Amino acid sequence: MTSRIILSKDTAVFFSEKERDVSMSSLYQVLSPAGELVGDLKGQLDEATMIKMYENMVLVRQFDRKSINLQRQGRMGTYAPFEGQEASQVGSAMAMTPGDWLFPTYRDHAAAIVHGQSMARVFLYWMGHMEGSISPKHLHIMPPCVPIATQMVHAVGTAWASKLQNEKHVSIAYFGDGASSEGDFHEALNFAGVFQTPTIFFCQNNGFAISVPFSQQSASKTIAQRSAAYDIPGVRIDGNDIFAVWLTMKEAMQRALDGKGPTLIEAVTFRYGAHTTADDPKKYRDQESLSEEWRQERDPLQRLRVYLENQGLWNETKEVELIARVNEQIDAALVEAESYPKSKPEDMFKHVYAEPSWMATEQESELVKPSKQEGIPA
Amino acid sequence: MKRKLTMIQAITEAMDQKLADDSRMMLLGEDIGVNGGVFRATEDLIHKYGPERVVDTPLAEAGIIGAAIGLAMNGKIPVVEIQFLAFIYPGFEQIVSHAARMRYRTRGQYHVPMVIRTPYGAGIRGPELHSESVETFFAHVPGLKVVAPSTPFDAKGLLIAAMEDPDPVIFLEPTKLYRAFKQEVPEEMYRVPIGKAKVVQEGSDVSIFAWGAMLRVAEDAAKQIERENGLSCEVIDLRTLYPLDRDTIIASVKKTGRAVVVHEAHKTAGLGAEIISIINDEALIYMKAPVKRITGYDVPVPQFSIEDDYLPTAERVKDGIMETATF
Ligand SMILES: Cc1ncc(C[n+]2csc(CCOP(=O)(O)OP(=O)(O)O)c2C)c(N)n1
Ligand SMILES: [Mg+2]
Repeated sequence: MTSRIILSKDTAVFFSEKERDVSMSSLYQVLSPAGELVGDLKGQLDEATMIKMYENMVLVRQFDRKSINLQRQGRMGTYAPFEGQEASQVGSAMAMTPGDWLFPTYRDHAAAIVHGQSMARVFLYWMGHMEGSISPKHLHIMPPCVPIATQMVHAVGTAWASKLQNEKHVSIAYFGDGASSEGDFHEALNFAGVFQTPTIFFCQNNGFAISVPFSQQSASKTIAQRSAAYDIPGVRIDGNDIFAVWLTMKEAMQRALDGKGPTLIEAVTFRYGAHTTADDPKKYRDQESLSEEWRQERDPLQRLRVYLENQGLWNETKEVELIARVNEQIDAALVEAESYPKSKPEDMFKHVYAEPSWMATEQESELVKPSKQEGIPA
Repeated sequence: MKRKLTMIQAITEAMDQKLADDSRMMLLGEDIGVNGGVFRATEDLIHKYGPERVVDTPLAEAGIIGAAIGLAMNGKIPVVEIQFLAFIYPGFEQIVSHAARMRYRTRGQYHVPMVIRTPYGAGIRGPELHSESVETFFAHVPGLKVVAPSTPFDAKGLLIAAMEDPDPVIFLEPTKLYRAFKQEVPEEMYRVPIGKAKVVQEGSDVSIFAWGAMLRVAEDAAKQIERENGLSCEVIDLRTLYPLDRDTIIASVKKTGRAVVVHEAHKTAGLGAEIISIINDEALIYMKAPVKRITGYDVPVPQFSIEDDYLPTAERVKDGIMETATF
């Protein structure tokens, strides 16, 4: 029942650029699972960036684990974990620049955090707070998108406007393998092709849409091959190789900013855990061995750590320091979130319109009548 | 034989028995096969009936509902599960433009015997868009029937009736009640007729109309107000939202002369307005007070930390009852 994905050392396959090779083994990879450089860094990746990549991946992994614990302790609601997908999210977000538009799903808070969303804000979101999806002022981080694939079309619109207004910014739509089945996926790619918008469609193919393996999601072998139908570039990469992710993103961004239109990136990865804290992956896959296999053989953090150590850029002391530092940051963010003023009943009436409707105004005054407040459970 | 079942167990049993009973039956939906559905409504059915009759579909609501329409026109009886009500929107066009109109456009030549089941409603600490109550969208569309049970017994009987109905039925399952309580449910197949409300508690002073998870809130308020103020409430579970059971509504208000409608859907254009309109048409001269609506507000269902403040409470319903009683 497993959908095994075989990673190889081949270079990028751009399906719309003559080669229409859609074989499962064609994956662009730069850093092998063993931590060896197997591709060209193209003179673009410096040591400081590599170290930052590692630090960010450790940060978000710790954040993810903390969140699961908070959910278990009842301090947070249902949570969608991303452990295993750090290279895809961190690598893509690090390639972006402030002013770019980011459209995350419910699983992409690692990308949001790396792009500049505060961790406290992300905690608030999962705590069911009304102010959990506000973007930092100077950035365009959109609220996590819950209805599958629907955000993809927005990333066409924002990119289109950027192009019309001569702004040098891209829009990136995050989505999953399951999202590729929705009609909005097709409409987004087609629009982006027609209007040549600077949109990057970044798919994290983690092999599953809740319980459904990609082999049952589609008869297509890959998601990247769909790009051929729209005549836009599509590329399939090792989503656990942060160098491949970052370099591919940079290239797609350059194309977009040069007026060459959208790119579809399929980053092949795996979520180690459950779909959400409400899900039991043992129901539908050989959870222990699959998860263990990916952890042991293809972990995104491990391979970068090995590489950095071999380059003399990392060691155990730094690791211990880093873990302590990120845990401190996460704890501070949690304190901030838990001491943030709680949402109040009347908050639900704010921001429905620029000018509230008379109906809502009337209803709000009933809600906050002091005599009725007593009946409202805490 | 009667056993006690939760609502979700009653729903599973209804589908299980119809699958066994009628070879045309098929279930379609996201994660309903191997995973047994995210709420486990289809638990084990794939093992019993195979992946051709219990189908894990691609993640595409227009695809699921549109294909189900075709299946239904060509000899199958599909039961579709939509994971949460708000995720039905990609399939909305298929429901409104096709499922609801095929009989009409072909002048009865083709029809669409299908059921679309979906959990709905707030109060489960769900993330965004997991708590909507937009039954109005469907009740507004000629050609659809809309059903919302509030007990395990009714859930089984209404679902069997829906699966045997020649027309498309939107079957709304109150998420909050899936496992809230157990009730005696007959083991054999039985039908609860679509279009018939149920008088849950008889009374003489005020009629309270509710459905789904709000029925419990209405009952609760009725009990409290009887104890506290000695008012006798008649509590009516509408059960079917289209077509509404006009006779039961009218008979009740003719007796009581006062009414409160409780729904968790937004107030404006909610079904409360339709119920008031029926009362207006048929029983205005019997009324001693304006009909009161206790509803969700005209705002998107808020994030879960304040969702309880969005939902009607027994306290609010009691205030509504007192307002009509003291008018
Ligand atoms: C329109 C819509 N249908 C169904 C759902 C329920 N749902 C939430 S996540 C999910 C699976 C998504 O899979 P994928 O796109 O692969 O993303 P992943 O969760 O693996 O990151 C489903 C079916 C939804 N959120 N929106
Ligand atoms: Mg997926």
